[in-house]
Amino acid sequence: MKYLKFLLVGVFFGIVLVKSEAVSWYRIFEMFKFQSFHMYGIIGSAVLLGVLILWVTKKSKLKSIEGKEIQVPPKDRGFLRYLIGGSIFGLGWALAGACPGPMYILVGTGVFSMLIVIAAAVLGTFVYGVVKHRLPH
Amino acid sequence: MEYLLRPWPWYVSGPLLALVLFVLVYFGKTFGMSSNLKTLCSMAGAGKYADFFKFDWKSHRWNLIVVLGAIVGGFIAVKFLSDHSTIALNPKTITDLGQLGFSRIGETLLPAEIYSWENVLSIKGLAILVGAGFLVGFGTRYAGGCTSGHAITGLSSLQRPSLVAVVGFFIGGLVMTHFLLPLIF
Repeated sequence: MKYLKFLLVGVFFGIVLVKSEAVSWYRIFEMFKFQSFHMYGIIGSAVLLGVLILWVTKKSKLKSIEGKEIQVPPKDRGFLRYLIGGSIFGLGWALAGACPGPMYILVGTGVFSMLIVIAAAVLGTFVYGVVKHRLPH
Repeated sequence: MEYLLRPWPWYVSGPLLALVLFVLVYFGKTFGMSSNLKTLCSMAGAGKYADFFKFDWKSHRWNLIVVLGAIVGGFIAVKFLSDHSTIALNPKTITDLGQLGFSRIGETLLPAEIYSWENVLSIKGLAILVGAGFLVGFGTRYAGGCTSGHAITGLSSLQRPSLVAVVGFFIGGLVMTHFLLPLIF
């Protein structure tokens, strides 16, 4: 039962991303061509409202349902890993037209060839874990 | 109901994504989809090959449940909440894609030129999907997050590393879209 709420969040997330067309390869292509405001509007409004929500949450000292202070995990310090890793991710994002969230959602929409992309993404993650200590971070 | 079936505008979808972020932090978790790829590696026994995967993956089970829900959500959205209208892309985008040899642009969520089995089961088609997936998986873990973890959660919590990562996402995305896609297609 304690997992039911997470299932529902996932269902909601999946519906929103399909209905917003953010799971569409075409929308990602259009975004990187700067030919539409659509994707910028989605990410931009999510971030603006997200900043506001997290700020209010912090100010009002709202507790999570586990009774702990609500805190977004801080990212590790570093520069190169974010720039290089981010760029590698961007290459794949624009080619697949899907980032990790949409990948799963698209399987649900019936695009089963996406399972190949997911399997390759798991492999990519595995290879990163193995060669991690040899990369600049 | 009609509004529900039509594509949702950005000013509805964006705030709803912020709501997803809020609900997850309220549940004492965080919004990050790529972590699941690491969890899957760990579940499959990758800890034998790298310490990076030696963690209690069971504590991340909630996130796999979110993924399961997302798959169900995708199904519900296309099956019951869609009018199957063509995506209202910029005409310029359609022209550009036409020049790359794409057809029936925007009629489905994904182009058949990349995702139809006919294309997937060719050497080139398979290389595209495997290559794209590998880049996403490797890059996202190297950068420590993806669109949800960095672009939405990280930027919302005003973290500088996430801004650098998002700049990286765009460097890679622009290079692929403007220089590499015309070579591939």
